[in-house]
Amino acid sequence: MRRKIEWLIEKSLLLSAIAGILIVMLIAVFTFLEGFPFLAKYGVTNFITGKVWGPSYGEFGILSMIIGSFYVTVGALIIGVPIAVACAIFLAEMAPQRLARLFRPIIELLAGIPTVVYGFFGLIVIVGFIKAHFNVPGFSVLAASLMLAIMILPTVINISEDAIRAVPKHYKEGSLALGATHWQTIRYVILPCARSGLISAIFLGMGRAIGETMAVIMVAGNTALIPGSVLDPVRTLTINIALEMGYAYGDHSSSLFATGIVLFVLIICLNALVMRLKRRVTD
Amino acid sequence: MYRHSLKIEETLVKAFIYFSVVCVVFALFSILWHILSHGVGLITWEFISSYPREMGRAGGILPSIVGTACLVALAVAVAGPIGILTATYLAEYAGKSRIMVAVRFSIDTLAGVPSIVFGLFGFAFLVIFCGFRWSILSGGLTLAFMILPVIVRTSEEAIKSVPYEYRECSLALGATKWQTVARVVLPAAAPGIVTGIILSIGRSVGETAAIMLTAGSSLGLPTSIMDPVRSLSLHLYILVSEGVSFEMGYATASVLIILIFLVNLLTNMTVRYMITKRMGAGAH
Repeated sequence: MRRKIEWLIEKSLLLSAIAGILIVMLIAVFTFLEGFPFLAKYGVTNFITGKVWGPSYGEFGILSMIIGSFYVTVGALIIGVPIAVACAIFLAEMAPQRLARLFRPIIELLAGIPTVVYGFFGLIVIVGFIKAHFNVPGFSVLAASLMLAIMILPTVINISEDAIRAVPKHYKEGSLALGATHWQTIRYVILPCARSGLISAIFLGMGRAIGETMAVIMVAGNTALIPGSVLDPVRTLTINIALEMGYAYGDHSSSLFATGIVLFVLIICLNALVMRLKRRVTD
Repeated sequence: MYRHSLKIEETLVKAFIYFSVVCVVFALFSILWHILSHGVGLITWEFISSYPREMGRAGGILPSIVGTACLVALAVAVAGPIGILTATYLAEYAGKSRIMVAVRFSIDTLAGVPSIVFGLFGFAFLVIFCGFRWSILSGGLTLAFMILPVIVRTSEEAIKSVPYEYRECSLALGATKWQTVARVVLPAAAPGIVTGIILSIGRSVGETAAIMLTAGSSLGLPTSIMDPVRSLSLHLYILVSEGVSFEMGYATASVLIILIFLVNLLTNMTVRYMITKRMGAGAH
C-alpha cells in the first residue's frame, strides 16, 4: 500500500515535470502550424532573402529584419559585453565585500525594471540625445543597441561572475606564487579557465537581445529597410510581430507566425550551443 | 622596460574596470531618476483609485492595477505548483535519464523563448484554438508558461542546497522518500522557493509583449476571468507609443518601478531571513 502511494507520487511528479516538455512542444507545434502553410506557399528562401516587406501588396521578405536584428544585437554586444565582463571581474576579484554587497542590488534592480520602462526612458533620453547631437530623427540602430546593451548587462554580469568564481582557487594561488601580478593572473589564468562560461554568458545575453521587443520597438524607428548606418531606423524580427499582429489577417498573419518560427529556431540553436558549452565544462 | 609597460597595462585595465562599474551605476540611477523625478509627483490617491478618462489622458489607472494583479495571481497559481513539483522531481527523484535531459532542455528553451513568441503562441493556442478570447485567462496562462522556468530553476537550487544529512536522518527514522521530501526537504527549502516565486511575480508585472497579444487592452474593470484587461505595462506602452500622454506615462512608469522595488526588497528580505535561519540552525 505504502509502496503504491510512493510510486503514484513519483509518477505524478514526473507528470508535472513533463508539462515543461509539453509546453515547448505546443509552442513549436502551434507556431509551425500557423506559419508553415505560408512558408510552403511563399517559399522559405523567398521569405528569408526577400528584401521587400509589403503585406498589403503581397511581398513578404524579412531580410531587412534579419539584418536589423543582427545589427542591433551585435551593437548591444559590442557596447555591453566589455562593460559586463569588467563588472564581473570587479565583483569576483577586486571588490571588497562591502562594495560588492552595495553593487549587487543595483544589478538586480537593473534586471527587474520592466522592458517598457526601459523603452520609455530610451525614447525620451537616448533618442532625444541622438537627435540633438547628430541632427537626425534619433530612432536608430544606435539607440536600440544602447538600450539593449543596458538590458543585457545583468544577464552577462551574473553568469560571467559565476564562471570566474568557479575557477579553482589553487590555480590563482599557483599563479600568484610564481610571481605573477594580480592582473597577469586574471588575464592568463582565470579568464582562459572561465572561457566557456564567459562564452555562454555572451550567448545568453545575445538571446535576450534578439528576443527583446518592447524596449526596441520604442526607440528603433521600425522602418522595414536595411539600415545603411548606425543612425538609420531599423526593424527587428520581434518588432515586426508586435507591430503588425494586432491587425493582420490571412497571409499577413501567417507571415508573422513564420517570423516567429525564425526567432524560435534561432533561440533553440543558441540554447543548444550553450548546453554544449556547459557539458564541456562539466566533463 | 617590460615592467614599465606592464604597469601601464594594469593601470589602464583597472581604470576600465572602474569606469564600467560607474557606467552600470550611472545607467541605473539615470533611469530611476529620470522616471521618478517626472512621475512620483503625479501619483496621488486619485490616480491610483480612479478610472482613466479620455483614453488615459486623464484620470487614473485602477483597472490596470486590478488587471495586473489578476494576471499575476493566475500565472503564479498555475506555474507555482507545477514549477515546484517539477523542481522536486528534478532534484530528488530524477537520475540522469533521457527524460531528464529533455525536461532540462525544455526548461532552458522556455527561459530563452522571446516573450513575443509566447504572445504569438498564446494568441494561436489560447485565444483562438481554445476559444478563451482576449481575457485574463489567456494572458495569465501565457504568463504562467513564461515564468515556469524561473520557478523551476530557483526551487531546484533551493532544494539542492538542503544539507544531505537532513534526508539521511529522516530516512534513518523510517520515513519514506515522499515523507522525507514533503516534511523535511521542502520546508527547509521553502524560503528559497518563495524567493523564486517573488522573482517570477516581478517578471510578470513587467511583462508586456506576451500580454499584448493575449489579454486584450480593455480599459474597463474586469468582472470575470474571461474579461479582457490592460496590464500596467501595456497601458504605459499605449500611452507613450500612441502619444496619448507622457505625463500619465511617467506616473504609470513610476508605479511600475515602485512595484519592482518592493518585489526586490521582499526577495532580499527572504534571502536574508533564510541565511540567518541557516546560521542559527548551524550554531545549535
